[in-house]
Amino acid sequence: MSTVTADVHSGDHADHAHAGGFLRTYVFSLDHKIIGLQFLFSSLIWFFVGGLLALGIRWQLAYPWAPMPILGNMLAGAEGGQIAPENYTMLVTMHATVMIFFVIIPVLAGAFGNFLIPLMIGAEDMAVPVLNMLSYWFMWPAFIVMGASFFVEGGAAQGGWTSYPPLSVILEAAPGSLNGQTLWLIALTMVGISSMMGSVNYMTTIIQMRAPGMTMFRLPMTIWGMFITAILQAFALPVLTAAGFMQLLDRVAGTGFFLADGATANNALMASGGGQPLLWQHLFWFYSHPAVYIMILPAMGMVSDILSTFARKPLFGYKPMVYSIGGIAGLGFIVWGHHMFVSGMNPMLGMTFMVATMMIALPSAIKTFNWLGTLWGGKIQYTTPMLFAISFVSMFIIGGLSGIFMAATPVDIFIHDTYYIVAHFHYVLFAGTAMAVFGAIYYWFPKMFGRMMNDAWGKVHFALTFVLLNCVFFPMHILGWTGFPRRLADPYHYETFRNLLPLNQFISWCAFIMVGVQVIFVINFFWSMFFGPKAGRNPWHSNGLEWQAPSPPGHGNFDFQPQIYRGPYEYGSPEVEEDYYPQTQPPPAE
Amino acid sequence: MKRFWSLLFLLVPIGGVATFLVAPYFNIVLPRDVSVHGRVIDNLFMFILYLTGAVFIVTELVLFYFMWKYDAKSNSKPVKYSHGSHSLEIVWTILPAVTLLFIAIYQMDAWATAKMNPPNIKPHAEVTGRQFNWDFRYPGGDDELYTEDDIVRTDGKLYLPVDEDILLKITSADVLHSFFLPNLRLKQDVVPGMTQSMWFKAKKTGGYDIVCAELCGWGHYKMKGRVFFLPREEYDQKILEMAAEQNTMRVDLPDEDE
Repeated sequence: MSTVTADVHSGDHADHAHAGGFLRTYVFSLDHKIIGLQFLFSSLIWFFVGGLLALGIRWQLAYPWAPMPILGNMLAGAEGGQIAPENYTMLVTMHATVMIFFVIIPVLAGAFGNFLIPLMIGAEDMAVPVLNMLSYWFMWPAFIVMGASFFVEGGAAQGGWTSYPPLSVILEAAPGSLNGQTLWLIALTMVGISSMMGSVNYMTTIIQMRAPGMTMFRLPMTIWGMFITAILQAFALPVLTAAGFMQLLDRVAGTGFFLADGATANNALMASGGGQPLLWQHLFWFYSHPAVYIMILPAMGMVSDILSTFARKPLFGYKPMVYSIGGIAGLGFIVWGHHMFVSGMNPMLGMTFMVATMMIALPSAIKTFNWLGTLWGGKIQYTTPMLFAISFVSMFIIGGLSGIFMAATPVDIFIHDTYYIVAHFHYVLFAGTAMAVFGAIYYWFPKMFGRMMNDAWGKVHFALTFVLLNCVFFPMHILGWTGFPRRLADPYHYETFRNLLPLNQFISWCAFIMVGVQVIFVINFFWSMFFGPKAGRNPWHSNGLEWQAPSPPGHGNFDFQPQIYRGPYEYGSPEVEEDYYPQTQPPPAE
Repeated sequence: MKRFWSLLFLLVPIGGVATFLVAPYFNIVLPRDVSVHGRVIDNLFMFILYLTGAVFIVTELVLFYFMWKYDAKSNSKPVKYSHGSHSLEIVWTILPAVTLLFIAIYQMDAWATAKMNPPNIKPHAEVTGRQFNWDFRYPGGDDELYTEDDIVRTDGKLYLPVDEDILLKITSADVLHSFFLPNLRLKQDVVPGMTQSMWFKAKKTGGYDIVCAELCGWGHYKMKGRVFFLPREEYDQKILEMAAEQNTMRVDLPDEDE
């Protein structure tokens, strides 16, 4: 196999395709890899911002009303660093908004989707490169508007990331928040446009541009995750965009889509009415529940690829894995009501949504068992990406099982809007997706930059993050057990919750340290970008097509025409001597 | 050091179980249940906790065992070149499917009792959430709401008889709130423009927290109320007291001539 070791070609043809200079090459680039990296860097910067916002929340829960040292002046927006209650609701709202819309969705679909799809299917680039570039540059108005909203009078949005009306619609209901909420809605629309352009492009590329021999059932799980995610986005997102416009009109143009007749707040009577606050919740969750899967399916795909690579063993049950992703996506459209069990929705509907929600745990269970099956009988190499991938499985078990509690309607009556929910979705989104993203960065870094990240420091980063995140998020289950509600600036106002203060202080200190530990990752990332050892084409001895391209791949990706002979998980195949069998390697002549 | 990583992952089930076992010693448990139906919800909670707990422990231990046993450094056997097993897939599809369906169906009765079958009685009070207070309106002597002898209280204290079926009408005056009684395992969002019902039966006297559980603005954290369950005689006495207090209250209206 000449292509496996032929590192001399690496970067050879990198530059002759673009003559436009720096701006065309690195800023307004049409190359999917550059766009992917742009998404990656902006997501990582926002990850830092979202983390700081979380620190503010944790400070207030550990030391209510005490001035916050160091960060206080910045986060509290007031002299002395004391977090005012309206600032606390702002922190809660913006932490979620930033993490969901500016970090997780863009880093999965934007960064890894862009970078990996053409490389893994053997295409030169995306189907519509211009659309791809626009999908990144439409994020910038969102970044700017959302960033600016922190500095307008009254500060950023305070209505929760779910932005439930009437609180989010009647200006007088949140006197501090004047334009912040309006800017929030505008920014969200921009994110929606960006995602939509991306998803159309991904679907087209995956359907139309696969290399010869790359049948649908030879696609790696990462691509299946991205493909199904793109479909979910294409069908669910228009609903959120439309609902966002309606809420914007309610706010600025006096319509009343989400206001009941005679709506009033703080002595201000709204002229409009005739709408229904619950309508927003239906429309919002019709998008935002599928969005939960948008935020995890690509991560599941990437984890499957990493697990198989480092277990040196074929993925267990490839087709059931594909079908279960499809099942999750399909069921994902009919479970949104489980966010609304106690919202005032007809309780009869609660039963339907309960059954559908229970059923969606099934494909997740199938996936978990198949991951365990992949490890069974392998030769596991504990590299940094592998540790992150295994931790995804371990943490997803917790996040998945805790979901069953809230799917059960009578139990949900008690735990709804408590820290039980907070524990659940942080296990899925932080301990799950964010850990998978870390793993994916360590895994594909060599392909992105042609150099390896430091494995020893990677493991230190992993071990500390893994232990600390469990110290932060696991105790939240028992907080929720007591009925400890979310989004309270001072829960100790209630005698019932006063004895929870020490536990909250423990959680907060673990969170502070965990954020600090990420410095190890940042230094490792940037140091390795310039000084890491050269990677070569296929440092992990992986089968995937992307590892046959030079590291980093030049414009047009492949220096040969890829011809695919098999699926990506043929590790330990008896047909060849090596323990891996790349997708492009022709079968031995008879 | 060799088996360090598998042992690190073994900490997950150990720490997880330990957290739930140790919590009661710090009084971190389900709040005291003073309702008749709350026991059903608590039992369902514990049922799911034991069930998912068992699955959690088993899967995490399997993960640990595989990590321990199939470490590339110590496992000298060739890898199992297997693409999966059809029969295993069927087993681990059907087993969870049946269990999950069972859990869903098992919950339905409790849900119907809590949210779908109100008792056929007159409401004891109307609860209105407003930024940032719970207001209560009692029917007064004639047992009918929205008549002249209604008693309206804005002090955030709700008085109800113990050991009797209670029916409340709940609504909101401005934004969404959620009427959450942790000690009665009850929660219902209140929505402006919608009047909903809530019913329960308390079995212990005393005062308990009313928590707002839906973000309702800057003062959300202090939207606290108290519910007091009194024996029937004391309750009747309290209603008379409040009615008398209201009758002596004077509100000076501005002159309308101006």
